[in-house]
Amino acid sequence: MDRNGVTLKTINRTATSNRLRAPSIKLLLLWLAPLAFLALFYFFPLGSILQVSFARSESGLIAPIQQALASPAFRDVLWFTFWQASLSTFLTLAIGLPGAYLFARYQFPGKSTLRAMSGIAFVLPTLVVAAAFNALLGPQGLVNASLMSVFGLEQPPIMFTHTLYAILLAHVFYNTTIVLRLVGDFWSHLDPKLGQAAQVLGANRWRTLWHVTLPLLSPAIASAAVLTFIFTFTSFGVILVLGGPQFSTLETEIYYQTVSLFNLPLAATLALIQLACTLALTIVYTRLANRLSRPLNLRPVEFTQRRLTAWRQRILAGAYILLLLMLILTPLFALAFRSVSRFERTSTTTARQGYGRPEWGGFTLDYYRELNINRRESLFYAPPTTTIAISLLYASVTVALALLLGTPAAWALARNRESILNRSLDPLLMLPLGTSAVTLGLGFIVALDRPPLDLRASPLLIPLAHTLVAFPFVIRSLTPSLHSISPRVRQAASVMGASPSKVFRHIDLPLVGRALLVAAAFAFTISMGEFGATALIARPEYPTIPIAIYRLITRPGMMNYGQALALSTILMLVTGFGMLAIERFRIADVGEF
Amino acid sequence: MPGLSIINIHKYFAKIRALAGISFNVQTSEIVAVLGPSGCGKSTLLNIIAGLELPDQGDIEWDGKSLAGVPTHQRGFGLMFQDFALFPHKDVFENVAFGLRMTNLPLEDIRVRVKEVLELVGLPGFEARDVNTLSGGEAQRVALARSLSPHPRLLMLDEPLGSLDRSLRERLVFDLRDILNHSQQTAIYVTHDQEEAFALADRVVLMNAGHVEQIGSPQDIYHRPASVFAARFLGLNNLLAGKICNLHGEPFISTSIGEIPLTLDMIEHSALAKQDISKLDGKDIMVLLRPDAVQINQNSNCQVKGRVLETTFRGSTCQVAIQVNHVPLRFDFPSSEELPHKGEIICITFTPSRAIQLFL
Repeated sequence: MDRNGVTLKTINRTATSNRLRAPSIKLLLLWLAPLAFLALFYFFPLGSILQVSFARSESGLIAPIQQALASPAFRDVLWFTFWQASLSTFLTLAIGLPGAYLFARYQFPGKSTLRAMSGIAFVLPTLVVAAAFNALLGPQGLVNASLMSVFGLEQPPIMFTHTLYAILLAHVFYNTTIVLRLVGDFWSHLDPKLGQAAQVLGANRWRTLWHVTLPLLSPAIASAAVLTFIFTFTSFGVILVLGGPQFSTLETEIYYQTVSLFNLPLAATLALIQLACTLALTIVYTRLANRLSRPLNLRPVEFTQRRLTAWRQRILAGAYILLLLMLILTPLFALAFRSVSRFERTSTTTARQGYGRPEWGGFTLDYYRELNINRRESLFYAPPTTTIAISLLYASVTVALALLLGTPAAWALARNRESILNRSLDPLLMLPLGTSAVTLGLGFIVALDRPPLDLRASPLLIPLAHTLVAFPFVIRSLTPSLHSISPRVRQAASVMGASPSKVFRHIDLPLVGRALLVAAAFAFTISMGEFGATALIARPEYPTIPIAIYRLITRPGMMNYGQALALSTILMLVTGFGMLAIERFRIADVGEF
Repeated sequence: MPGLSIINIHKYFAKIRALAGISFNVQTSEIVAVLGPSGCGKSTLLNIIAGLELPDQGDIEWDGKSLAGVPTHQRGFGLMFQDFALFPHKDVFENVAFGLRMTNLPLEDIRVRVKEVLELVGLPGFEARDVNTLSGGEAQRVALARSLSPHPRLLMLDEPLGSLDRSLRERLVFDLRDILNHSQQTAIYVTHDQEEAFALADRVVLMNAGHVEQIGSPQDIYHRPASVFAARFLGLNNLLAGKICNLHGEPFISTSIGEIPLTLDMIEHSALAKQDISKLDGKDIMVLLRPDAVQINQNSNCQVKGRVLETTFRGSTCQVAIQVNHVPLRFDFPSSEELPHKGEIICITFTPSRAIQLFL
């Protein structure tokens, strides 16, 4: 069997090296549309940011960056950006690593559900998560309202929103799944015999962990850490809504400078600094991801996993699972529950401050009904139900665009992985992933507002931005399944008498069809929940759901709050179903971005 | 009792019985091979001896002292895994030094010992090599060096040659035997390959489906398999159902290929010896006709006559398949002899006490 494997490999190698010499015209044609898209809507906007930043100063290219760095206020922002990202990363690892061990080495009922759930948390729109933590622990949230009602308090006893804790908790909520998946998957294929060999040679548990297991896991842990760091470094909605105005990171600062102060040159400089940081981090991440392919004797999980048998293990595992469930589910349940509960104020003295002792007033659908009513009669105010329609429309266009552009690129990638063209273009496609959403939005503002490309008024602007964000995910979910259709499978089918059309119907379509479904679900879910870029480029009269949630949640008043939660619940359900569809239909693991 | 005692070990995996009452001893400086088909529980037994698994019942003792509750890293045993489990993030030196480092030996002593062990296994100067670039045979030797370096009081080898190709395996068996003998290493050698077991072991423990089928020297096991399973496992496949007849007159065994005279020493050398001899009359038994203890003899009166189905050349021997009363039998003859042709009718003669073995 081994010998066959070797010959197959050598055959493949000669075949690919033949293909290496001739980068076919077909391949170039496939790349045409995706590359044109990236050039127009990614590189051109980024170039414009560069231009705007440098146009600000005649005293050289570095001057604007030096000026920004010289300002103490900006240094505070930069420091806080790194500080919160480091803390978040550390906490995420602390929560995630025991879970990675549990997922890697043990089988237990409900494991795949738990895994899927943590994955859904990762892709929930930031506004939903912010609203969910607000519904749980905010001043009008369930916990505070209950405590006030039970103990007769006039003020919410727990100050959670607008603290660093809120930011950190939300970041842990989001990114735990990265550690669970990246480290857990790697760990689950690590040969347990390596650890056993160390034990037999006289190493106790801790020395085995320190000398053998951790060094072997280190590339996986490091890449999970870097990825978490990148995501929290560019986190936007969480900082904006849960942190509030007193916390400012590079990302929120770019937003304030653009939207509130309209200081585009400074925003552009900040975006440049942020880009430089994320680029450096992405390079580190790619290096680490490559090291994951260290020649380890990786084992199928049947060899590495066992059941939880000892009672001590069961109790520890149970406690951890409970913690994870609480972290993920409590805020989401609180959101849904709070969106259908009425709390009536027995407000007497403190009504002015917006608080008052709340009393449980039973279940209500008032907040949902209110979504359809335009009480303000204002031109710029769209009733929330309209925003749902707008979001659905944008999402449909995004799905169409993303599939139209992503399929040829994925096809080209799957055709020939070794081709120089593909190897150099593949990382290019992933660049939008490492670029913060707000920077993408800013790029659209500075680049696409004048001829030759004036899209300010175009309804396509937002779908284009969403397509850019969804693009890497679409490619990553399509390529593996396109690649899995090896020419041999097609050849086998035609040798057995299948005509080309039958080959397409029975081989290509079933394999690609599911992948297309997954890619579409990704594009749809991302478009529905996207906030960072949309916040900059959405036109006030056509808000998407996340924009509407943000407006409602930042306004005072119980009814606004209730509507924000109702709208968030709707968005949570929509994106949740989208992710369930992805988990259900995907063939290869798309967690490998 | 010096050395290792395995006492009545039972182990279940989710209600599936992996080990059912395994007992045997390993004396110091003795090499015991545990031989059996894959899935018979050999590796589980090693894991239990090493302390990586806990037995559901039974005990492991060293020099008469129970090891229950002694964790793996304090047992002072060595275990060489089938695919070696070399640490891929450490070079050859650090792999071999690992067990020594765990004893907090001074670095100078570690260097000396690593050098010594690498020389013993025939890899002098390999210290700085990356373990990921070693060939199969080299990796096997490094794994052996790593297990030997901390002077384990017992070395367990779990199919250590299983992943290597045949010619390399044959060479390494003898190297392995020399190394183990040279260091007077007490060892348990697990394998499914009888040739490896016979070449290496002082004693062989034959296992099947979680229990011990037979314990003995390689010669014992091969010449006197104790059960139908043992015979089949050793490749002795000429097994016939038979019945003991006429015990009190001129006793014989009635089989599908004819009547075979029964002598007392045939009974005494088989599992039948434990039975009450007077009750054996009419008993159903299994009869083994050893493939290597018969002659082709066209002149004398035939004991078994059959038609040649095919002859298979196997190097030093030649296997001849003949059909006797619709029963196919296979026999081995030196390939230097002149062999019958396909379709020929030949006569087989044998001395019953040498060629026939009886099982219950």
